[in-house]
Amino acid sequence: MKNTLLSIWNFYLEGFRSMTLGRTLWIIILLKLFVMFFILKLFFFPDFLGNHPTDADKGNYVGNELIQRALPEKSIDF
Amino acid sequence: MIESIDTSLIDWSRAQFAMTAMYHWIFVPLTLGLAVVMGIMETLYYKTGKEFWKKTAMFWMKLFGINFAIGVATGLILEFEFGTNWSNYSWFVGDIFGAPLAIEGILAFFMEATFIAVMFFGWGKVSKRFHLASTWLTGLGATISAWWILVANAWMQHPVGMEFNPDTVRNEMVDFWAVATSPVAVNKFFHTVLSGWVLGAIFVVGISCWYLLKKRNHEFALASIKIGAIFGLVASLLSAWTGDGSGYQIAQTQPMKLAAVEGLYEGGTNVGLVGIGMLNPEKKTYDDGKDPFLFCIEIPSMLSFLAERDVDGYVPGIANIIEGGYEMKDGTKALSAAEKIERGKTAIGALAAYRAAKSAGHEEDAQVAYKVLQENIPYFGYGYIKDVNQLVPNVPLNFYAFRIMVILGGYFILFFIVVLFFIYKKDLSKMRWMHWIALLTIPLGYIAGQAGWVVAECGRQPWAIRDMLPTSVAISKLDVSSVQITFFIFLFLFTVMLIAGAGIMVKAIKKGPETGNNVTINH
Repeated sequence: MKNTLLSIWNFYLEGFRSMTLGRTLWIIILLKLFVMFFILKLFFFPDFLGNHPTDADKGNYVGNELIQRALPEKSIDF
Repeated sequence: MIESIDTSLIDWSRAQFAMTAMYHWIFVPLTLGLAVVMGIMETLYYKTGKEFWKKTAMFWMKLFGINFAIGVATGLILEFEFGTNWSNYSWFVGDIFGAPLAIEGILAFFMEATFIAVMFFGWGKVSKRFHLASTWLTGLGATISAWWILVANAWMQHPVGMEFNPDTVRNEMVDFWAVATSPVAVNKFFHTVLSGWVLGAIFVVGISCWYLLKKRNHEFALASIKIGAIFGLVASLLSAWTGDGSGYQIAQTQPMKLAAVEGLYEGGTNVGLVGIGMLNPEKKTYDDGKDPFLFCIEIPSMLSFLAERDVDGYVPGIANIIEGGYEMKDGTKALSAAEKIERGKTAIGALAAYRAAKSAGHEEDAQVAYKVLQENIPYFGYGYIKDVNQLVPNVPLNFYAFRIMVILGGYFILFFIVVLFFIYKKDLSKMRWMHWIALLTIPLGYIAGQAGWVVAECGRQPWAIRDMLPTSVAISKLDVSSVQITFFIFLFLFTVMLIAGAGIMVKAIKKGPETGNNVTINH
């Protein structure tokens, strides 16, 4: 088992070490993931329902939205 | 209320999502198509043992890898947008959307991450058989990923297998297999994947013809063209067949989309298919009395045949769908849009009454409201429609996008036939004009795919989820300016990534496959 894991580790390690074009591509992928998760997600794409702590709160908020947007006179704070 | 949602917020949110999806779709079809091409090449290497096929396979793998690297994870941005811009939608769809996307994520990660590594790193380190299996499984992983994404999309076009829970305000999956194997999903999957195969084949033939233009890599180019053209012809024909299946499903489940695609305002029996036509730009609403076409040439009774498999089949037009009253297949009379709107309002009112009664602890009142809600839930989304004209998708956009897709689809069949004829009966390597045509066909492959998605998504409007949730209600209450800012950030990032990706791809193509036995995807 240990040998198998070691072989897999070495397989990936050698693969990554021998890359040239692949290295550029990996840099692009990592840069892209960094921009996506640490800039876009963090600063520009917050979870809109995130300030409603529980699922019940989220359900209440969306329920009210669905009702209000069609029938404003039925607006109720559940 | 709906009026309080700035229409420019809806437009910007839609534009942002469309841009992200269209950008993502630049990479996905080529991944799907090249996956099969490199699988075929490596299979030939496995069968013949010829080093030539190994080098050929490795070259297309290299281009596959570049495309994969630039495109990978761009789909995740769509999921960010769901959570931020489309929060009502995200909550409302509940686990219906979450389950397929979760399966897709897990499969994509484990299958692609495992086998793509073996495919790129494993030459000479694993057996030929295992390497070949890894190459095919990389493609299979990408294809299965596409399946689950398209299942989720198909559910938005034709929601099945769920029940709306008024307590959680979410749809809950009650029949996984109804969702996963809905006829809309099955047709959408095959048509979409096959369109990716067509693009992959066009790409292989086009790039190979570039080598012929440059008078280099002659043997490689001709061998790739043969395989690409045969694969492309088969994929194009199957794509046309599954496109017919998709059209039939649209007729059965989204008659308004079909009517918009055809510019059909007044339906009937023996309805013709518009072969060539130009819409009248003066026509603004379904009942303004203006002729929908400046001119058109129809194939008699063809739309009835394609939509109902019967030349005498009844196909409703936009006016018929809005006014209702025609006989449905189950023998009932179609409701008018006005009646559906009333029932939608009743459903939303019942949801309000149910939640108020529950909140006040009036269980009996809640049960009465629940019953009313269940009776009217199929029309829930109509309760948000203020004007029946909102139910009509953008007719010119759908009409022309559909024709671009179909005409290009027909052109691709012809293109592959001509390429095969020249390569087997003439000397294609000397036909420079044909090389140019093949090269210029590459962008047409992308245009056809994008046009297909325009029809699929714009034809669904005004719905985010058909009949249940309009786009205008699916969006979050955000500042328009924040959506505009992210739109332009994406535009900038996508442009930079596209230029970087194209640059690397062009460099790899220029370098070519002639680097001898030392060539590997890693070098």
